[in-house]
Amino acid sequence: MAVLELTNISKHFGAIQAVNDVSLSIEAGQVVGLMGDNGAGKSTLVKMIAGNFPPSHGTMQMDGKDLVLHKPVEARQHGIEIVHQDLALCNNLTAAANVYLGRELRRGVGPFRILDYAAMYKRAGQIFAELKSETRPRDLVKQMSGGQRQAVAIARTMLSQAKIVLMDEPTAAISVRQVAEVLNLIRHLRDQGIAVVLISHRMPDVFDVADRVIVMRRGRKVADKTIASSSPEEVTGLITGAIEQV
Amino acid sequence: MAVTLDQTIAQKQHTLLSRVFASQTFWVVIAVILACLFLSVATDSFATTKNLYNITRNVTFVAIVALGMTFVIITGGIDLSVGSVLCLSSMVLAVTMHAGYGIEIGIAASIATALTIGAFNGVLIAYLGFPPFVVTLGMLSIARSLAMVASNNTVVFQFGPDHDKLLALGGGAWVFGIANPVLYTILLALITGFTLRWTKFGRHIFAIGGNEHAATLTGVPVRQIKVAVYMISALAAGIAGIIQTGWLGAVTTNLGAGMELQVIAATVIGGANLAGGMGTAFGAVVGAALIEVIRNSLGLLGINAFWQGTFIGGAILLAVLFDRIRNFRRND
Repeated sequence: MAVLELTNISKHFGAIQAVNDVSLSIEAGQVVGLMGDNGAGKSTLVKMIAGNFPPSHGTMQMDGKDLVLHKPVEARQHGIEIVHQDLALCNNLTAAANVYLGRELRRGVGPFRILDYAAMYKRAGQIFAELKSETRPRDLVKQMSGGQRQAVAIARTMLSQAKIVLMDEPTAAISVRQVAEVLNLIRHLRDQGIAVVLISHRMPDVFDVADRVIVMRRGRKVADKTIASSSPEEVTGLITGAIEQV
Repeated sequence: MAVTLDQTIAQKQHTLLSRVFASQTFWVVIAVILACLFLSVATDSFATTKNLYNITRNVTFVAIVALGMTFVIITGGIDLSVGSVLCLSSMVLAVTMHAGYGIEIGIAASIATALTIGAFNGVLIAYLGFPPFVVTLGMLSIARSLAMVASNNTVVFQFGPDHDKLLALGGGAWVFGIANPVLYTILLALITGFTLRWTKFGRHIFAIGGNEHAATLTGVPVRQIKVAVYMISALAAGIAGIIQTGWLGAVTTNLGAGMELQVIAATVIGGANLAGGMGTAFGAVVGAALIEVIRNSLGLLGINAFWQGTFIGGAILLAVLFDRIRNFRRND
Protein backbone atom coordinates (compact mmCIF):
# COMPACT_ATOMS: atom_id res chain seq x y z
CA MET A 1 0.00 0.00 0.00
CA ALA A 2 1.18 3.49 -0.73
CA VAL A 3 2.47 5.53 2.21
CA LEU A 4 1.50 8.76 0.56
CA GLU A 5 -1.04 9.16 -2.21
CA LEU A 6 -1.75 12.45 -3.99
CA THR A 7 -4.87 12.64 -6.15
CA ASN A 8 -5.43 15.42 -8.71
CA ILE A 9 -3.48 17.97 -6.71
CA SER A 10 -3.42 21.53 -8.07
CA LYS A 11 -2.11 24.76 -6.65
CA HIS A 12 -2.45 28.23 -8.03
CA PHE A 13 -1.21 31.52 -6.68
CA GLY A 14 -3.55 34.08 -8.16
CA ALA A 15 -3.34 33.60 -11.91
CA ILE A 16 -0.20 31.48 -11.74
CA GLN A 17 -0.82 27.74 -11.98
CA ALA A 18 2.15 26.32 -10.07
CA VAL A 19 0.99 22.69 -9.88
CA ASN A 20 -1.62 21.33 -12.25
CA ASP A 21 -3.58 18.12 -11.63
CA VAL A 22 -0.77 15.95 -10.30
CA SER A 23 -1.44 12.44 -8.98
CA LEU A 24 1.25 10.20 -7.59
CA SER A 25 1.84 7.58 -4.97
CA ILE A 26 4.91 6.81 -2.90
CA GLU A 27 5.64 3.38 -1.44
CA ALA A 28 7.46 2.54 1.77
CA GLY A 29 11.15 1.75 1.37
CA GLN A 30 11.30 3.44 -2.00
CA VAL A 31 13.48 6.31 -3.16
CA VAL A 32 11.70 8.55 -5.62
CA GLY A 33 13.65 11.13 -7.59
CA LEU A 34 11.59 14.26 -8.26
CA MET A 35 13.10 16.16 -11.15
CA GLY A 36 12.27 19.19 -13.23
CA ASP A 37 13.63 22.55 -14.27
CA ASN A 38 13.37 25.67 -12.11
CA GLY A 39 9.73 26.68 -11.86
CA ALA A 40 8.43 23.23 -12.82
CA GLY A 41 6.46 23.01 -9.58
CA LYS A 42 8.68 20.63 -7.56
CA SER A 43 9.08 22.95 -4.60
CA THR A 44 5.40 23.87 -4.55
CA LEU A 45 4.46 20.19 -4.54
CA VAL A 46 6.88 19.45 -1.73
CA LYS A 47 5.70 22.42 0.31
CA MET A 48 2.14 21.14 0.17
CA ILE A 49 3.27 17.74 1.46
CA ALA A 50 5.30 19.53 4.14
CA GLY A 51 2.28 21.49 5.32
CA ASN A 52 3.58 24.93 4.32
CA PHE A 53 0.34 25.63 2.41
CA PRO A 54 -2.73 23.61 1.41
CA PRO A 55 -3.49 22.52 -2.17
CA SER A 56 -6.10 24.52 -4.11
CA HIS A 57 -7.66 21.31 -5.39
CA GLY A 58 -7.19 17.60 -4.87
CA THR A 59 -6.63 15.35 -1.89
CA MET A 60 -3.71 13.84 -0.05
CA GLN A 61 -3.91 10.51 1.72
CA MET A 62 -1.51 8.90 4.11
CA ASP A 63 -1.79 5.15 4.77
CA GLY A 64 -5.26 5.30 3.23
CA LYS A 65 -6.48 8.11 5.49
CA ASP A 66 -7.14 11.68 4.40
CA LEU A 67 -4.32 14.05 5.23
CA VAL A 68 -5.10 17.71 5.83
CA LEU A 69 -2.21 19.88 6.99
CA HIS A 70 -2.31 23.44 8.25
CA LYS A 71 1.19 23.81 9.66
CA PRO A 72 4.59 22.18 9.14
CA VAL A 73 4.42 20.86 12.71
CA GLU A 74 1.36 18.81 11.79
CA ALA A 75 3.21 17.21 8.91
CA ARG A 76 5.90 16.14 11.35
CA GLN A 77 3.30 14.67 13.68
CA HIS A 78 2.12 12.51 10.78
CA GLY A 79 5.64 11.20 10.19
CA ILE A 80 6.58 13.51 7.33
CA GLU A 81 10.09 14.87 7.79
CA ILE A 82 11.81 17.44 5.62
CA VAL A 83 15.49 18.07 5.02
CA HIS A 84 15.53 21.66 3.85
CA GLN A 85 17.79 22.81 1.07
CA ASP A 86 19.64 25.19 3.40
CA LEU A 87 19.55 22.41 6.07
CA ALA A 88 18.07 24.80 8.66
CA LEU A 89 21.02 24.49 11.06
CA CYS A 90 22.13 26.86 13.82
CA ASN A 91 25.89 27.31 13.58
CA ASN A 92 26.21 28.41 17.19
CA LEU A 93 24.74 25.18 18.57
CA THR A 94 26.17 21.68 18.87
CA ALA A 95 25.25 18.85 16.53
CA ALA A 96 23.07 17.25 19.21
CA ALA A 97 21.30 20.55 19.94
CA ASN A 98 20.54 20.94 16.23
CA VAL A 99 19.24 17.40 15.91
CA TYR A 100 16.85 18.00 18.80
CA LEU A 101 15.96 21.60 17.93
CA GLY A 102 12.27 22.20 18.60
CA ARG A 103 11.82 18.84 20.38
CA GLU A 104 14.42 18.92 23.13
CA LEU A 105 14.50 16.10 25.64
CA ARG A 106 13.93 17.16 29.22
CA ARG A 107 13.93 15.51 32.58
CA GLY A 108 12.37 16.48 35.89
CA VAL A 109 8.88 16.82 37.26
CA GLY A 110 6.03 19.09 36.24
CA PRO A 111 7.11 22.63 35.47
CA PHE A 112 10.61 21.99 36.83
CA ARG A 113 12.10 20.33 33.83
CA ILE A 114 15.63 20.84 32.60
CA LEU A 115 17.33 19.92 29.35
CA ASP A 116 18.59 16.35 29.38
CA TYR A 117 22.02 16.93 27.81
CA ALA A 118 23.29 13.40 28.48
CA ALA A 119 20.35 11.68 26.81
CA MET A 120 20.46 13.99 23.80
CA TYR A 121 24.22 13.49 23.30
CA LYS A 122 23.79 9.75 23.64
CA ARG A 123 20.91 9.36 21.22
CA ALA A 124 22.43 11.77 18.68
CA GLY A 125 25.65 9.77 18.86
CA GLN A 126 23.74 6.55 18.21
CA ILE A 127 22.02 8.06 15.19
CA PHE A 128 25.33 9.28 13.74
CA ALA A 129 26.77 5.81 14.27
CA GLU A 130 23.76 4.30 12.50
CA LEU A 131 24.27 6.73 9.66
CA LYS A 132 27.96 5.76 9.60
CA SER A 133 28.88 9.42 9.78
CA GLU A 134 31.91 10.69 11.66
CA THR A 135 30.00 13.42 13.44
CA ARG A 136 30.53 14.23 17.09
CA PRO A 137 27.35 15.27 18.95
CA ARG A 138 29.25 17.78 21.11
CA ASP A 139 30.88 19.67 18.25
CA LEU A 140 29.54 23.00 17.06
CA VAL A 141 27.93 22.79 13.64
CA LYS A 142 29.98 25.88 12.68
CA GLN A 143 33.12 23.73 12.45
CA MET A 144 31.60 20.93 10.36
CA SER A 145 32.07 19.82 6.77
CA GLY A 146 29.22 19.84 4.26
CA GLY A 147 28.72 16.08 4.62
CA GLN A 148 28.59 16.26 8.41
CA ARG A 149 26.08 19.10 8.22
CA GLN A 150 23.91 16.93 5.96
CA ALA A 151 24.21 14.12 8.50
CA VAL A 152 22.98 16.43 11.26
CA ALA A 153 19.99 17.51 9.17
CA ILE A 154 19.20 13.91 8.22
CA ALA A 155 19.63 12.72 11.81
CA ARG A 156 16.64 14.92 12.72
CA THR A 157 14.40 12.81 10.53
CA MET A 158 15.40 9.69 12.48
CA LEU A 159 14.36 10.94 15.91
CA SER A 160 10.79 9.87 15.51
CA GLN A 161 9.30 7.09 13.44
CA ALA A 162 9.32 8.94 10.13
CA LYS A 163 7.37 7.37 7.30
CA ILE A 164 8.45 9.68 4.56
CA VAL A 165 11.46 11.97 4.23
CA LEU A 166 11.51 14.81 1.73
CA MET A 167 15.00 15.98 0.77
CA ASP A 168 15.36 19.24 -1.09
CA GLU A 169 18.57 19.35 -3.16
CA PRO A 170 20.69 17.53 -0.56
CA THR A 171 23.66 17.15 -2.89
CA ALA A 172 23.85 20.70 -4.23
CA ALA A 173 27.04 22.57 -3.37
CA ILE A 174 28.99 19.81 -1.59
CA SER A 175 32.12 17.94 -2.60
CA VAL A 176 32.19 14.68 -4.56
CA ARG A 177 33.18 12.59 -1.55
CA GLN A 178 30.42 14.17 0.52
CA VAL A 179 27.85 13.48 -2.21
CA ALA A 180 28.71 9.78 -1.89
CA GLU A 181 28.22 10.08 1.89
CA VAL A 182 24.80 11.67 1.47
CA LEU A 183 23.68 9.05 -1.05
CA ASN A 184 24.68 6.39 1.48
CA LEU A 185 22.57 8.14 4.10
CA ILE A 186 19.62 8.03 1.71
CA ARG A 187 20.11 4.28 1.11
CA HIS A 188 20.25 3.81 4.85
CA LEU A 189 16.87 5.52 5.31
CA ARG A 190 15.40 3.38 2.53
CA ASP A 191 16.68 0.18 4.12
CA GLN A 192 14.75 1.06 7.24
CA GLY A 193 11.53 1.11 5.24
CA ILE A 194 11.29 4.89 5.02
CA ALA A 195 10.05 6.41 1.79
CA VAL A 196 12.44 9.07 0.49
CA VAL A 197 11.57 11.80 -1.99
CA LEU A 198 14.76 13.20 -3.45
CA ILE A 199 14.39 16.54 -5.17
CA SER A 200 17.47 17.08 -7.26
CA HIS A 201 18.90 18.69 -10.35
CA ARG A 202 21.75 16.20 -10.44
CA MET A 203 21.01 13.40 -12.89
CA PRO A 204 23.82 11.06 -11.70
CA ASP A 205 22.60 11.17 -8.07
CA VAL A 206 19.05 10.31 -9.00
CA PHE A 207 20.10 7.45 -11.26
CA ASP A 208 22.51 6.23 -8.59
CA VAL A 209 20.11 6.02 -5.65
CA ALA A 210 16.48 6.28 -6.80
CA ASP A 211 14.11 3.44 -7.66
CA ARG A 212 11.69 5.64 -9.52
CA VAL A 213 11.83 9.01 -11.20
CA ILE A 214 9.04 11.54 -11.50
CA VAL A 215 9.57 14.41 -13.93
CA MET A 216 7.62 17.65 -13.77
CA ARG A 217 7.37 20.36 -16.37
CA ARG A 218 5.30 23.56 -16.12
CA GLY A 219 3.31 22.28 -13.18
CA ARG A 220 2.38 18.94 -14.76
CA LYS A 221 3.70 15.46 -14.16
CA VAL A 222 5.16 14.36 -17.49
CA ALA A 223 6.77 11.07 -16.45
CA ASP A 224 6.60 8.55 -13.61
CA LYS A 225 8.61 5.42 -14.26
CA THR A 226 11.18 3.08 -12.79
CA ILE A 227 14.82 4.01 -13.08
CA ALA A 228 15.51 0.71 -14.87
CA SER A 229 13.11 1.57 -17.65
CA SER A 230 14.41 5.10 -18.16
CA SER A 231 17.67 6.75 -19.07
CA PRO A 232 19.36 10.06 -18.30
CA GLU A 233 18.87 11.08 -21.93
CA GLU A 234 15.15 10.46 -21.75
CA VAL A 235 14.81 12.35 -18.45
CA THR A 236 16.80 15.30 -19.83
CA GLY A 237 14.46 15.35 -22.82
CA LEU A 238 11.44 15.31 -20.52
CA ILE A 239 12.78 18.12 -18.34
CA THR A 240 13.55 20.41 -21.26
CA GLY A 241 10.40 19.54 -23.18
CA ALA A 242 12.18 17.85 -26.11
CA ILE A 243 10.10 14.80 -25.22
CA GLU A 244 6.49 15.78 -24.50
CA GLN A 245 5.29 12.97 -22.26
CA VAL A 246 5.79 9.24 -21.65
CA MET B 1 44.99 0.35 16.79
CA ALA B 2 42.40 1.51 14.36
CA VAL B 3 40.02 4.16 15.58
CA THR B 4 36.46 2.96 15.24
CA LEU B 5 33.54 5.11 14.27
CA ASP B 6 32.08 4.85 17.75
CA GLN B 7 35.29 6.14 19.30
CA THR B 8 35.35 9.10 16.93
CA ILE B 9 31.77 9.94 17.73
CA ALA B 10 32.33 9.63 21.47
CA GLN B 11 35.44 11.80 21.40
CA LYS B 12 35.24 15.15 23.11
CA GLN B 13 37.11 17.77 21.20
CA HIS B 14 37.33 20.30 23.97
CA THR B 15 38.27 19.71 27.56
CA LEU B 16 36.77 21.90 30.22
CA LEU B 17 40.07 23.77 30.55
CA SER B 18 40.45 24.50 26.84
CA ARG B 19 36.91 25.82 26.77
CA VAL B 20 37.60 28.13 29.70
CA PHE B 21 40.73 29.52 28.07
CA ALA B 22 38.89 30.07 24.81
CA SER B 23 36.18 32.21 26.37
CA GLN B 24 36.29 35.97 26.31
CA THR B 25 34.65 36.08 29.73
CA PHE B 26 37.63 34.29 31.28
CA TRP B 27 40.06 36.94 30.04
CA VAL B 28 37.79 39.74 31.24
CA VAL B 29 37.74 38.11 34.69
CA ILE B 30 41.56 38.01 34.60
CA ALA B 31 41.58 41.70 33.63
CA VAL B 32 39.28 42.58 36.54
CA ILE B 33 41.42 40.61 39.00
CA LEU B 34 44.67 42.13 37.74
CA ALA B 35 43.19 45.62 37.90
CA CYS B 36 42.04 45.01 41.48
CA LEU B 37 45.44 43.65 42.52
CA PHE B 38 47.21 46.59 40.91
CA LEU B 39 44.90 49.10 42.57
CA SER B 40 45.27 47.44 45.98
CA VAL B 41 49.01 47.94 45.75
CA ALA B 42 49.06 51.30 44.01
CA THR B 43 46.49 53.07 46.20
CA ASP B 44 45.65 53.00 49.88
CA SER B 45 41.99 53.65 49.33
CA PHE B 46 41.01 50.84 46.92
CA ALA B 47 41.06 47.76 49.14
CA THR B 48 39.09 49.31 51.94
CA THR B 49 35.78 47.85 53.08
CA LYS B 50 33.98 51.05 52.28
CA ASN B 51 35.30 51.30 48.72
CA LEU B 52 34.66 47.65 47.93
CA TYR B 53 31.14 48.04 49.31
CA ASN B 54 30.66 51.01 47.00
CA ILE B 55 32.02 49.25 43.95
CA THR B 56 29.97 46.10 44.39
CA ARG B 57 26.83 48.11 44.90
CA ASN B 58 27.48 50.40 41.93
CA VAL B 59 28.04 47.40 39.67
CA THR B 60 24.64 45.99 40.45
CA PHE B 61 22.36 48.42 38.63
CA VAL B 62 24.17 48.04 35.32
CA ALA B 63 24.60 44.31 35.92
CA ILE B 64 20.91 43.61 36.56
CA VAL B 65 19.85 45.47 33.44
CA ALA B 66 22.67 43.77 31.50
CA LEU B 67 21.31 40.36 32.54
CA GLY B 68 17.99 41.20 30.90
CA MET B 69 19.75 42.71 27.89
CA THR B 70 21.70 39.46 27.46
CA PHE B 71 18.50 37.62 26.53
CA VAL B 72 17.69 40.20 23.87
CA ILE B 73 21.21 40.32 22.47
CA ILE B 74 21.44 36.52 22.22
CA THR B 75 18.37 36.54 19.96
CA GLY B 76 20.20 39.07 17.78
CA GLY B 77 18.09 42.01 18.93
CA ILE B 78 18.86 45.16 20.89
CA ASP B 79 16.94 47.10 23.53
CA LEU B 80 17.81 50.80 23.66
CA SER B 81 14.88 51.67 25.90
CA VAL B 82 16.21 50.14 29.16
CA GLY B 83 17.50 53.40 30.67
CA SER B 84 14.18 55.13 30.11
CA VAL B 85 12.17 52.11 31.26
CA LEU B 86 14.26 52.08 34.44
CA CYS B 87 13.38 55.73 35.00
CA LEU B 88 9.67 55.23 34.26
CA SER B 89 9.42 52.21 36.58
CA SER B 90 11.13 54.14 39.36
CA MET B 91 8.81 57.05 38.79
CA VAL B 92 5.68 54.89 38.80
CA LEU B 93 6.84 53.34 42.07
CA ALA B 94 7.66 56.74 43.57
CA VAL B 95 4.45 58.44 42.49
CA THR B 96 2.26 55.52 43.61
CA MET B 97 3.88 55.37 47.03
CA HIS B 98 3.95 59.15 47.35
CA ALA B 99 0.18 59.10 46.82
CA GLY B 100 -0.13 56.99 49.96
CA TYR B 101 -0.23 53.44 48.63
CA GLY B 102 1.84 50.69 50.24
CA ILE B 103 5.12 49.32 48.92
CA GLU B 104 3.48 46.15 47.54
CA ILE B 105 1.12 48.12 45.32
CA GLY B 106 3.93 50.45 44.29
CA ILE B 107 6.16 47.56 43.23
CA ALA B 108 3.29 45.77 41.47
CA ALA B 109 2.45 48.92 39.49
CA SER B 110 6.09 49.45 38.63
CA ILE B 111 6.63 45.87 37.43
CA ALA B 112 3.37 45.93 35.48
CA THR B 113 4.49 49.11 33.72
CA ALA B 114 7.82 47.55 32.76
CA LEU B 115 6.21 44.35 31.48
CA THR B 116 3.65 46.29 29.45
CA ILE B 117 6.39 48.29 27.76
CA GLY B 118 8.39 45.13 27.10
CA ALA B 119 5.35 43.42 25.59
CA PHE B 120 4.67 46.46 23.41
CA ASN B 121 8.26 46.46 22.12
CA GLY B 122 8.15 42.71 21.59
CA VAL B 123 4.87 42.62 19.69
CA LEU B 124 5.99 45.39 17.34
CA ILE B 125 9.26 43.57 16.69
CA ALA B 126 8.05 39.97 16.51
CA TYR B 127 4.60 40.27 14.94
CA LEU B 128 4.81 43.46 12.91
CA GLY B 129 8.42 43.06 11.82
CA PHE B 130 9.72 46.42 13.06
CA PRO B 131 13.52 46.58 13.44
CA PRO B 132 14.40 46.29 17.17
CA PHE B 133 16.69 49.30 16.95
CA VAL B 134 13.89 51.59 15.76
CA VAL B 135 11.19 50.30 18.13
CA THR B 136 13.33 50.58 21.23
CA LEU B 137 14.76 53.93 20.11
CA GLY B 138 11.18 55.19 19.95
CA MET B 139 10.47 53.70 23.37
CA LEU B 140 13.60 55.35 24.78
CA SER B 141 11.98 58.66 24.02
CA ILE B 142 8.42 57.69 24.96
CA ALA B 143 9.19 56.11 28.35
CA ARG B 144 11.27 59.05 29.58
CA SER B 145 8.62 61.46 28.46
CA LEU B 146 5.96 59.44 30.32
CA ALA B 147 8.14 59.56 33.44
CA MET B 148 8.15 63.36 33.16
CA VAL B 149 4.38 63.39 32.69
CA ALA B 150 3.85 61.11 35.69
CA SER B 151 5.90 63.30 38.03
CA ASN B 152 5.33 66.66 36.34
CA ASN B 153 9.14 66.66 36.04
CA THR B 154 9.72 67.02 39.76
CA VAL B 155 11.99 65.15 42.13
CA VAL B 156 10.11 62.64 44.27
CA PHE B 157 11.78 61.88 47.61
CA GLN B 158 8.88 61.12 49.92
CA PHE B 159 7.41 57.67 49.53
CA GLY B 160 4.39 57.74 51.82
CA PRO B 161 3.74 55.30 54.69
CA ASP B 162 6.21 52.63 53.52
CA HIS B 163 9.05 55.11 52.98
CA ASP B 164 11.44 53.30 55.32
CA LYS B 165 10.68 49.86 53.92
CA LEU B 166 11.60 51.00 50.42
CA LEU B 167 14.86 52.55 51.61
CA ALA B 168 15.76 49.39 53.51
CA LEU B 169 14.97 47.27 50.44
CA GLY B 170 17.49 49.14 48.28
CA GLY B 171 19.93 50.59 50.78
CA GLY B 172 20.12 47.92 53.47
CA ALA B 173 22.55 45.07 53.99
CA TRP B 174 20.56 42.21 55.45
CA VAL B 175 23.06 39.34 55.06
CA PHE B 176 26.70 39.46 56.29
CA GLY B 177 26.95 43.18 55.58
CA ILE B 178 26.67 42.62 51.85
CA ALA B 179 24.67 45.42 50.21
CA ASN B 180 21.17 44.22 49.28
CA PRO B 181 21.49 45.15 45.59
CA VAL B 182 24.48 42.79 45.41
CA LEU B 183 22.38 39.93 46.75
CA TYR B 184 19.64 40.65 44.21
CA THR B 185 22.22 40.70 41.42
CA ILE B 186 23.69 37.35 42.45
CA LEU B 187 20.23 35.82 42.66
CA LEU B 188 19.15 37.20 39.28
CA ALA B 189 22.44 36.15 37.67
CA LEU B 190 21.93 32.59 38.91
CA ILE B 191 18.39 32.52 37.55
CA THR B 192 19.53 33.93 34.21
CA GLY B 193 22.42 31.50 33.92
CA PHE B 194 20.15 28.57 34.75
CA THR B 195 17.52 29.65 32.25
CA LEU B 196 20.02 30.07 29.45
CA ARG B 197 21.77 26.76 29.98
CA TRP B 198 19.17 24.37 31.31
CA THR B 199 15.78 25.29 29.88
CA LYS B 200 14.16 24.73 26.53
CA PHE B 201 13.38 28.45 26.46
CA GLY B 202 17.09 29.26 26.80
CA ARG B 203 18.04 26.81 24.09
CA HIS B 204 15.48 28.36 21.74
CA ILE B 205 16.83 31.85 22.43
CA PHE B 206 20.26 30.73 21.22
CA ALA B 207 18.70 29.01 18.22
CA ILE B 208 16.88 32.20 17.18
CA GLY B 209 20.13 34.17 17.42
CA GLY B 210 22.01 31.53 15.44
CA ASN B 211 19.55 31.09 12.60
CA GLU B 212 16.06 32.49 12.99
CA HIS B 213 14.84 30.86 9.79
CA ALA B 214 16.04 27.44 10.94
CA ALA B 215 14.36 27.94 14.31
CA THR B 216 11.06 28.70 12.57
CA LEU B 217 11.35 25.68 10.28
CA THR B 218 12.05 23.32 13.16
CA GLY B 219 8.97 24.44 15.05
CA VAL B 220 10.47 26.83 17.62
CA PRO B 221 7.80 29.40 18.62
CA VAL B 222 10.00 32.27 17.45
CA ARG B 223 7.50 35.11 17.82
CA GLN B 224 6.36 34.28 21.33
CA ILE B 225 9.96 33.92 22.47
CA LYS B 226 10.92 37.26 20.97
CA VAL B 227 8.09 38.99 22.85
CA ALA B 228 9.24 37.21 26.01
CA VAL B 229 12.86 38.40 25.73
CA TYR B 230 11.85 42.06 25.37
CA MET B 231 9.57 41.62 28.38
CA ILE B 232 12.45 40.12 30.35
CA SER B 233 14.71 43.01 29.37
CA ALA B 234 12.12 45.58 30.47
CA LEU B 235 11.46 43.60 33.65
CA ALA B 236 15.17 43.67 34.50
CA ALA B 237 15.20 47.42 33.95
CA GLY B 238 12.11 47.73 36.17
CA ILE B 239 13.69 45.69 38.97
CA ALA B 240 16.88 47.75 38.77
CA GLY B 241 14.73 50.87 38.91
CA ILE B 242 12.96 49.76 42.08
CA ILE B 243 16.23 48.87 43.81
CA GLN B 244 17.90 52.07 42.71
CA THR B 245 14.98 54.11 44.01
CA GLY B 246 15.36 52.48 47.42
CA TRP B 247 19.09 53.07 47.38
CA LEU B 248 19.03 56.72 46.23
CA GLY B 249 15.99 57.69 48.26
CA ALA B 250 14.88 60.01 45.47
CA VAL B 251 13.84 59.80 41.83
CA THR B 252 14.54 62.38 39.18
CA THR B 253 13.50 62.23 35.56
CA ASN B 254 17.08 61.91 34.36
CA LEU B 255 17.60 58.65 36.24
CA GLY B 256 19.18 56.05 33.96
CA ALA B 257 19.86 58.52 31.15
CA GLY B 258 22.45 57.04 28.80
CA MET B 259 22.44 53.82 30.79
CA GLU B 260 21.55 51.70 27.74
CA LEU B 261 25.02 52.27 26.31
CA GLN B 262 26.74 51.20 29.52
CA VAL B 263 24.55 48.11 29.68
CA ILE B 264 25.25 47.13 26.09
CA ALA B 265 28.96 47.77 26.70
CA ALA B 266 28.86 45.45 29.72
CA THR B 267 27.25 42.59 27.78
CA VAL B 268 29.64 42.98 24.86
CA ILE B 269 32.71 43.11 27.11
CA GLY B 270 31.37 39.99 28.80
CA GLY B 271 31.36 38.07 25.54
CA ALA B 272 27.90 38.59 24.04
CA ASN B 273 27.82 39.01 20.28
CA LEU B 274 25.60 41.77 18.89
CA ALA B 275 25.02 39.59 15.82
CA GLY B 276 23.25 37.13 18.11
CA GLY B 277 23.75 33.56 19.23
CA MET B 278 26.29 34.21 21.99
CA GLY B 279 26.21 35.51 25.55
CA THR B 280 26.23 34.45 29.19
CA ALA B 281 24.85 35.69 32.48
CA PHE B 282 28.28 35.57 34.10
CA GLY B 283 29.71 37.58 31.20
CA ALA B 284 27.16 40.36 31.68
CA VAL B 285 28.02 40.68 35.38
CA VAL B 286 31.76 40.55 34.78
CA GLY B 287 31.46 43.12 32.00
CA ALA B 288 29.59 45.45 34.34
CA ALA B 289 32.25 44.86 37.00
CA LEU B 290 35.10 45.77 34.65
CA ILE B 291 33.42 49.03 33.71
CA GLU B 292 32.88 49.94 37.35
CA VAL B 293 36.45 49.05 38.35
CA ILE B 294 37.77 51.24 35.56
CA ARG B 295 35.59 54.15 36.69
CA ASN B 296 36.49 53.70 40.33
CA SER B 297 40.20 53.34 39.69
CA LEU B 298 40.45 56.48 37.56
CA GLY B 299 39.01 58.42 40.47
CA LEU B 300 41.34 56.85 43.00
CA LEU B 301 44.40 57.30 40.81
CA GLY B 302 43.56 60.97 40.49
CA ILE B 303 43.06 60.85 36.74
CA ASN B 304 40.74 63.50 35.33
CA ALA B 305 37.18 62.13 35.11
CA PHE B 306 36.96 63.31 31.51
CA TRP B 307 39.17 60.33 30.59
CA GLN B 308 36.56 57.82 31.76
CA GLY B 309 34.87 57.43 28.39
CA THR B 310 38.18 56.82 26.68
CA PHE B 311 39.11 54.00 29.03
CA ILE B 312 35.68 52.35 28.92
CA GLY B 313 35.58 52.65 25.12
CA GLY B 314 39.07 51.18 24.98
CA ALA B 315 37.95 48.25 27.13
CA ILE B 316 35.07 47.52 24.73
CA LEU B 317 37.38 47.53 21.72
CA LEU B 318 40.02 45.45 23.51
CA ALA B 319 37.50 42.80 24.58
CA VAL B 320 36.17 42.42 21.07
CA LEU B 321 39.72 42.50 19.68
CA PHE B 322 40.53 39.34 21.66
CA ASP B 323 37.51 37.69 20.09
CA ARG B 324 38.61 38.73 16.60
CA ILE B 325 42.12 37.40 17.11
CA ARG B 326 40.76 34.01 18.17
CA ASN B 327 38.51 33.92 15.11
CA PHE B 328 41.41 34.77 12.77
CA ARG B 329 43.39 31.88 14.19
CA ARG B 330 40.47 29.51 13.83
CA ASN B 331 39.93 30.50 10.22
CA ASP B 332 43.58 29.81 9.34
